[in-house]
Amino acid sequence: MSATPSLKPDLPAKTPKVPRQPMPEQSPDERRHNFREVPYGYPPEIAVVEAMRCIQCKKPRCVAGCPVEIDIPGFIKLIAEGDFAASARKLKEANALPAICGRVCPQEDQCEKVCVIGIKGEPVAIGRLERFAADWEREHGLVEVPELAPATGKKIAIVGSGPAGLTVAGDLAKWGHSVTIFEALHKTGGVLVYGIPEFRLPKAIVQAEVDYIASLGVKVVPSVVIGRTMTIDDLFEEGFDAVFIGTGAGLPYFLGVPGENLNGVFSANEYLTRSNLMRAFEFPRADTPIARSRRVCVLGGGNVAMDAARTALRLGAEKVAVVYRRSRTEMPARIEEIHHAEEEGIELQFLTNPTKILGNDDGWVRAMECLRYELGEPDASGRRKPVPIPGTEFEIECDTVIVAIGNGANPLLPAATPGLKTNRWGNITADAETGKTSHRGVWAGGDIVIGAATVILAMGAGRQAARSIHNYVLGIDTSWPSE
Amino acid sequence: MAGTEEQVWNRNELMHRIVSHKLLAPAAHDMMVDAPLIARKRKAGQFVIVRMRELSERIPLTIAGGDPIAGTIRLIYQEAGKSTMEMGLMKEGEFLSDVVGPLGKPTHIEKFGTVVCMGGGIGTGEILPVAQACALAGNRVISIVGARTKELLIVLDDVRETSAELLISTDDGSFGFHGFVTNLLQQLVDRGEKLDKVFAVGPVPMMRAACNMTRKYSIPTEVSLNPIMVDGTGMCGACRVTVGGRTQFVCVDGPDFDGHQVDFDELTKRLQAYRTLEKEAIEYWEKHRCLLEESHS
Repeated sequence: MSATPSLKPDLPAKTPKVPRQPMPEQSPDERRHNFREVPYGYPPEIAVVEAMRCIQCKKPRCVAGCPVEIDIPGFIKLIAEGDFAASARKLKEANALPAICGRVCPQEDQCEKVCVIGIKGEPVAIGRLERFAADWEREHGLVEVPELAPATGKKIAIVGSGPAGLTVAGDLAKWGHSVTIFEALHKTGGVLVYGIPEFRLPKAIVQAEVDYIASLGVKVVPSVVIGRTMTIDDLFEEGFDAVFIGTGAGLPYFLGVPGENLNGVFSANEYLTRSNLMRAFEFPRADTPIARSRRVCVLGGGNVAMDAARTALRLGAEKVAVVYRRSRTEMPARIEEIHHAEEEGIELQFLTNPTKILGNDDGWVRAMECLRYELGEPDASGRRKPVPIPGTEFEIECDTVIVAIGNGANPLLPAATPGLKTNRWGNITADAETGKTSHRGVWAGGDIVIGAATVILAMGAGRQAARSIHNYVLGIDTSWPSE
Repeated sequence: MAGTEEQVWNRNELMHRIVSHKLLAPAAHDMMVDAPLIARKRKAGQFVIVRMRELSERIPLTIAGGDPIAGTIRLIYQEAGKSTMEMGLMKEGEFLSDVVGPLGKPTHIEKFGTVVCMGGGIGTGEILPVAQACALAGNRVISIVGARTKELLIVLDDVRETSAELLISTDDGSFGFHGFVTNLLQQLVDRGEKLDKVFAVGPVPMMRAACNMTRKYSIPTEVSLNPIMVDGTGMCGACRVTVGGRTQFVCVDGPDFDGHQVDFDELTKRLQAYRTLEKEAIEYWEKHRCLLEESHS
């Protein structure tokens, strides 16, 4: 018995006349008061209509645009044919976490950006379809544990349970290795649980993915800090044959302006961790408090800034402004997130940057002094460099400032691991093809190597490293660079 | 049944059973917890983050001692808010959900010569491992311990055992010298002791006063800071403090710092960031206490 409905759609037409299907979502007025997920996802009949917009290119450009090279026309065709479960299985051949990627990938910069349909109209909603298939499989209890290769007897330790670590763990477990994930926090998922809010990525979905990885026989050990509780060398002494480091970008940057240590100034990491991981939105039922803010300024223009701003709004702030030193065009945040934030009433202040944060006598923020900026010549990143306009100082009244200007590499583990090389920003040096570090038997991937980036890039790196680890522990390729 | 349970936690190095839990003084507790991995690694000056159960806070507590063979660590803590009040009610044999560590850099210890270890109030439990490590490194350790009143003096026997000399003060004169620990430090200077190093752990006003004094005599002074933290691994920056004009994260750059460089004003203000909400948490808890106790027993 198949649980999927038997739909017999017509074959996709060459020139689709059907527009890109919108995804139903909570109205802005409703959702700004709750933490529930914003888009509801496609119902099956809409998913099929959207899937039929794909013209099944012979040389699909979308696949090349995907960091993990999902067979995009393949999984979409199965949706169009109504075999949703098969579509999900197809996705999982290349992507262990499709329900997550369907929600948080920047598709508009990857697969959808190069979609042929997007040349004349709007591209096929690949991300929404990915989410649909993955959700269908999970909600219908169709997630199957794939057949695992016979046990190899090799033990592999994964440091960090974020997207990179979960991917490596999933692949290696399927290939018959004994895998243990060590996580510093008390919950598994890394940035997926402490960083990305519930309204964008429900924690139940992350938990389902973690449960899936665990169902492959992966052991998950929370609340152990590698570099403190145990070192990398301890892991080898414990009998691990290889170690993968996927500790992420966990060192918040601050601006370095006066007043940054006033009460009411938070790193986005702290603010989001309090709300997401520690559930401060349930205070006092949950023990961890979070500032009760009235007027909030969020500094930065990325997804994390959007997440922090929208969290502040949901926690009851009257007014939330995102203050960004460049203009809308240069914002690194996903368009969809910016759109959602604006719909919810978040104000965007462009070409503005603080010079100092001003406090009251009790040591609390009362305002931010800012300068207006204009765009000058392109800088190293290719974006036009923001230049301050002298004499334009003005104050923004606020009681909370959330700094979301990026994260560096957390030095804790590299500092505790002799022989592990890092670059001048503190990122672990790893081979771009394999993830091999300067320490024999140790791989690294994700944000700890490339700096704060995306979930999907971390997964891509994890996938490469998993293959290399597999070859190494089985003696197929034990070569090591720079030895 | 009990046997099975014992086997389970013996096998599992990550279950944190409370082995013993005693009241040292009103609202001050002494807890031994199973944490074999941490017991093996911990050094003087390091701390753990404890999370009692689902929905609990992550609270930083200095490790006061432990036994690497038995696999236990000792935590001496004071009821300061809702979480520590709730922890005070936990019984031997119960489990803490998470104990993470050892975190922070160990206290730098070498043979300094004559070392003064000052503990104020609950800080006495935190200075104890430092005094022990200093003695082990061949230093002459003079300990100064103080509290508001006699019944708040804690772990005196442990400190005495590791010290060449132990001086005690109480603010109200109910035991030992009538006055502050800094007065006793002054007495040491006045009697001509050459002091090579001072370690001070206690309430912020006490550490600040000690630093103001030792600055006059140019005695290098380390303080151990205990700000608000969340993750304890450098990820959130809640614990930032200004030292020598630079922002430092106490959880990874500390918790020990050169006391002469610490901005104690800022630290004091940051410690009070959640004062109103902390009160609210206590009120809520007292109202719902019976329910909560049922749910976690």
